[in-house]
Amino acid sequence: MKQTRMQGNADLLKLQDLAQQLRRDTIRMIHHAGSGHIGGALGLADYMAALYGWAMAYDSDDIADPNRDRIVLSNGHTCSTWYAALARSGLIPLEELATHRKMGSRLQGHPARKSMPQFIETSSGPLGQGFPVANGIALSMKKRASNGRMYVILGDGELQEGQVWEAFMTSAHYKLDNVCAFINYNNIQIDGKVEDVMGIAPLAERISAFGWHVIQIDGHNMAAIVEALSEAAATKDKPTVIIGYTVMAKGVPFMEGQAKWHGTTPSDREAEQALEAVGTNGRYQDFPLPVKA
Amino acid sequence: MYSGNIAMRDAFGDALAEIGAKDERIVVLTADLTDAIKVGKFKEQFPDRFYQMGIKESDMIGTAAGMAIDGQIPFTSTFAIFTASLANQAIRVNVAYNQANVKIATSHGGVCVGADGATHQAFEDVALMRMIPGMTIIVPCDANEAYKATVAAAKLDGPVYLRFGRIPTPVVTAASDPFEIGKARTIRGGKDVAIIAMGAMLPIALEAASTLAEEGIEANVVNMHTIKPLDEEEIIRNAKTCGCIVTVEEHTVLGGLGGAVAEVLAKNHPTPMGMVGVQDTFGESGEPQEILEKYHLTVADIIEQVRLVLKQKP
Repeated sequence: MKQTRMQGNADLLKLQDLAQQLRRDTIRMIHHAGSGHIGGALGLADYMAALYGWAMAYDSDDIADPNRDRIVLSNGHTCSTWYAALARSGLIPLEELATHRKMGSRLQGHPARKSMPQFIETSSGPLGQGFPVANGIALSMKKRASNGRMYVILGDGELQEGQVWEAFMTSAHYKLDNVCAFINYNNIQIDGKVEDVMGIAPLAERISAFGWHVIQIDGHNMAAIVEALSEAAATKDKPTVIIGYTVMAKGVPFMEGQAKWHGTTPSDREAEQALEAVGTNGRYQDFPLPVKA
Repeated sequence: MYSGNIAMRDAFGDALAEIGAKDERIVVLTADLTDAIKVGKFKEQFPDRFYQMGIKESDMIGTAAGMAIDGQIPFTSTFAIFTASLANQAIRVNVAYNQANVKIATSHGGVCVGADGATHQAFEDVALMRMIPGMTIIVPCDANEAYKATVAAAKLDGPVYLRFGRIPTPVVTAASDPFEIGKARTIRGGKDVAIIAMGAMLPIALEAASTLAEEGIEANVVNMHTIKPLDEEEIIRNAKTCGCIVTVEEHTVLGGLGGAVAEVLAKNHPTPMGMVGVQDTFGESGEPQEILEKYHLTVADIIEQVRLVLKQKP
């Protein structure tokens, strides 16, 4: 599969269908694995769909293209949606999604570069530590005069890590306009509401003061996501951050916005209910799961 | 190349400028210590490939990892104390786990920062780096070796930790001496006791060997410039031929050269051994020589350990 960067008008319906399928895949992957981080992953599905379904340049026949666009998932725990997007984009086999978090799988519990260096630019998971690597790749792309873009994704709780602010400084200092950060701002972290645990507001003002171009959107509104990604690509001489106001576990009402679903695995019944809530579309089929012995 | 008393960090700076001229992929990152770690020459000659990162070492290491992942050969540069412990997690995940081709260069390793005191004296950096899978650790013994180590590190595909000294120290190797990562070198022959030293302690070990020779004790002095991967064969060979070993390092004896050699001997050829190094303590302010004396890192301390192990020889 080959995708040209931000080609033409985005087909919003198609992207929404992709996002819906990424949610289904995420629920089935985590349920099958018996563990995982479902809430943040579900909330990220729309943005991930926009990246892999429209914004990013990649070619499954030329995966090492030095001008390809890159992703760094700095909050690595939300990787299930990412793996699903890789599979739905023809970059990894669909059946492989069933191996997520299992022994020997390339789809590790947190992204591991060594298992898939062609897609996973950096291993991530320890919060705050993907972002600097994203800057490094972006700096190197500038040095090579490559037009590749770097999409770095951060969690809101992750912004409590001081190192994130070091990285914000670096991207602004070096005018890395090839960097587009996305903050999955669902206001939930493991111990509760972000503002109760350790406040990060006023976030837009803070990042703006660090020299970034700031865009704030509803992180589930596909039209808004597409528009924000276009604006980021058109912004010169400074990096852009898209603050996406999201709902944790978006699409599954009984999980939405509850800290418990940061890292709880759905039971058989809950998984069934969740899939029912997400629904289906005619465009995709669920990936096959091995038959239980 | 170099002779007399030269600081290893100066040789590092020279080597960097030299290899930078030959390879466009060499980039240098620093954390507000351009002159202290001597990367100014590179900066002057290749300003486009020099990245000032400010006082944020973990970010510097992570950024360097990203640049390596995209095909550059980054050298990060700051003091040892602001690297191995301060940026340990970035080194672990961003560099080592990613198998990123980053050269982590440090200066002011050991007691040589002197008057700055305990907060700035890196006694544990080599031990911290040893525990990280896939890390190559080089501690050159003088300026000539620091130069060669820099060149060799750039050629090696993988993470390397380099530890240089701050103060001028005696040049004891020749420009023509071979240098191969992972290959220890015998600098002085002997069969009564093996003295295995790393870094700036090597000249001191050689001095101890000369003094011992006056009493008829012939020490085999080994320059263990690579702590990982460790030249186990050479250690075992020394254990067999000499029957006792003393390690010498400007570093804590816990998990550093002494610890590494002890692991090899325990597993392969149990041998009486002594360790000269810092004994599980912080340092303090003082002239480097005063600190070496107080913390038992002198010729006399090496000789004392040699006498002890000689008595334990079977």
